[in-house]
Amino acid sequence: MFYREAGIFKTSYAADQALFRIPLDRLFVIGVVVAAIVVVPLISNEYWLGSIMIPVLILSIAALGLNILTGYCGQVSLGTGAFMAAGAYMAYKIATNFTWMPIPLVIVLGGLCAASIGLAFGLPSLRIKGFYLAVTTLAAQFFLLWLFQKVPWFVNNSASGVPTAPPRSVFGELVTGAEATPEARYLFVLAFTVVLAVIAGNLVRGRIGRTWMAIRDMDIAAELIGIRPLHTKLSAFAISSFYCGVSGALWSFCYINTVESSAFDIFRSFMILFMVIVGGLGSVLGSFLGAFFIFLLPIALNNVVTTFGLPIATETISHIEFMAFGGLIVFFLIVEPHGLARLWQIAKEKLRLWPFPY
Amino acid sequence: MRIRNLTLALAGAAAGLMGLAGTASAAEGIYIPNLVYKTGPYAPSGTPVAHGFADYLAMINLRDGGVNGVPIIYEECETGYKTDRGVECYDRVKGENGGAVVINPWSTGITYALIEKATVDKIPLFSIGYGRTSAADGRVFPYVFNFPSTYWNQATAIVRYIADQEGGFDKLKGKNLGFVYLDHPYGKEPIPTLDILAEKYGFTYDKYPVPPASMTEQKSIWLQIRRSKPAYVVMWGWGAMNSTAVSEAANVKYPMDKFIGNWWAAAEPDVIPAGDGAIGYKGATFNGVGTDFKIYKDINDLYGAGKGTWTKDQIGGVLYSRGVATAAYIVEAIKTAQLKFGNRVITGEEMQYGLENLKLDAAAIEKLGLTGLMPPVEITCANHEGQNPAIKIQQWNGKVWEIKTDWIPADTALVRPLIEQDAAQYAKENNITPRSCS
Repeated sequence: MFYREAGIFKTSYAADQALFRIPLDRLFVIGVVVAAIVVVPLISNEYWLGSIMIPVLILSIAALGLNILTGYCGQVSLGTGAFMAAGAYMAYKIATNFTWMPIPLVIVLGGLCAASIGLAFGLPSLRIKGFYLAVTTLAAQFFLLWLFQKVPWFVNNSASGVPTAPPRSVFGELVTGAEATPEARYLFVLAFTVVLAVIAGNLVRGRIGRTWMAIRDMDIAAELIGIRPLHTKLSAFAISSFYCGVSGALWSFCYINTVESSAFDIFRSFMILFMVIVGGLGSVLGSFLGAFFIFLLPIALNNVVTTFGLPIATETISHIEFMAFGGLIVFFLIVEPHGLARLWQIAKEKLRLWPFPY
Repeated sequence: MRIRNLTLALAGAAAGLMGLAGTASAAEGIYIPNLVYKTGPYAPSGTPVAHGFADYLAMINLRDGGVNGVPIIYEECETGYKTDRGVECYDRVKGENGGAVVINPWSTGITYALIEKATVDKIPLFSIGYGRTSAADGRVFPYVFNFPSTYWNQATAIVRYIADQEGGFDKLKGKNLGFVYLDHPYGKEPIPTLDILAEKYGFTYDKYPVPPASMTEQKSIWLQIRRSKPAYVVMWGWGAMNSTAVSEAANVKYPMDKFIGNWWAAAEPDVIPAGDGAIGYKGATFNGVGTDFKIYKDINDLYGAGKGTWTKDQIGGVLYSRGVATAAYIVEAIKTAQLKFGNRVITGEEMQYGLENLKLDAAAIEKLGLTGLMPPVEITCANHEGQNPAIKIQQWNGKVWEIKTDWIPADTALVRPLIEQDAAQYAKENNITPRSCS
């Protein structure tokens, strides 16, 4: 009724290969993006923009990155936090050493540095698979964080080792640092998110994405039909690390304002892995849904008790939060093991038949 | 199938609604939020501090009906010692109840993340004995306060104590010390100061970093210490690292009275797990311990009225007392601000004035019933760590921490230039023009 492809005729290859082939889909996504650009900054207060939307969007980028590697290429990684840290520290280094450089370029360069580090740590994936690969990426997690803490060069010899992200502006409007308005920082982060999501969406349905999925589904068969594992796996590692690096740089520059290694510890890696699993492996949309779910749920649970003004001790609220959070994850995984993205897909299929399901 | 989908939809809708409901409630009073951590790996340290802080404010409300008659609204936000949750908490609480007047982050990482935000929002940050050392330079950091002392000053005071024990600074020459520290920004803070001290007094020291990921595995470190026999071991530890170090030191029979922890490495949870082996372990502190202070008459009344936030037999420890001292400083700063602006609800900006003009001498502290629990301070526009940063050395006797010394002054002549140098570098990097304080 609301949503169907019947009657939609494609008359050109371009139309047939479009990112969203159903007009309703396209309109919906464009509507969401426009709403995110126009409506969200208008209706949100500082808390919502600064502490909810910005981190969620940044984590969505990291989840996208991990989804490329784990969801599409099938390489399990526990080093997401380390690649985020690589992006953050290198972006800081570039921003302070080349002060003339425009900040979007700094962030992209930070991502590229993370990509090259990701390449190096992706090399073992040619020989090692599954859980063993997870362990080698775990090595990246510990080694990189140790390196960034150990070598004072990375933080410009700051005495504390926790330098402040320098303030930078785009079009005369501050977008990083504490003095930047949440609206400016939000739009800056949103721009990165939209561009990277479009790129990811196109990558995964093109030749590269298909080779990734071939390797994921059966690497020997993929090799036999002429897909080179070296190129495929390493490209997945590099692109995934690029996404993670960009997200780490944004996290430091646009959210917490400091370059701090503990923001990228092993728990961050796990958090992003959960986002990908709960959101849906091998789905761009799933990365976003997972990021929203995993990041917002604890805060929402924490807020709801506070809002009702119940006389409950802070630690009890936190414990309730942990229990409810764990319970809900288990619930969603049992009800829909393929993640939130699959739920969305089911909803779309239902809508297609509504109101006359058979 | 239907029911399953219905449940799912309901769950989703509920999650969405929960998030939307986050509106501020308006009430009349001085709003003091507290970013606590009562859960997670650092909860043993975070819980007593939070309760000491909350109890003192509750006591002020109960005994005096607030500060000069203006009630205090107290609220906690759980951070779990995580920086991103701390930032989220800060954004959540800063505008509620008419606006926070002061923020206590209770974590060096969160302090670093909030320095610029709080400065823009004009809400003072009070990081008592932690956070950014160079924030003591009030010209560059107008909204950050870290009195009564900083890590760098603490390092000089501990070395002075060691010199006193040995019979003078000249006796330090040729001595070898050990420095056990958490390999983390916090643990590395005093190293530049120790380097300068070592050069000045002619002693050497070996560094023993403990990685945060494996802070309970210190066997090899203590075997090295047993071999090199340093004259003293100084520790900058936190969390589970402290109790492990104390146990290991006892295992290798290191003389415990030569083992000195900093003020975050010397509380009850750090020594109790080591049992009798911990007896003799020393630690620095800037607050008194125990329940023998006059103020406990009022705190006991609070528990008598059933309004205490903890259980009565747990109060009075090192970290609880530190929470009490922090709250007492804040209340006195509010009074200072009210002297100028009138007895009403003050703003963060006015609180900044109160903290910056806070002057508590021994007589004023005696009047509060806090003599011995907190040191006198005098804050100025340029100096946010106080004029006389000092520590006391306490020793664990198997049951309680006993204060062993009077105030040991820090070597501010040595530290102050370092603070100003670091602050100047920060100002340069962030395009801040230091304000004039003259």
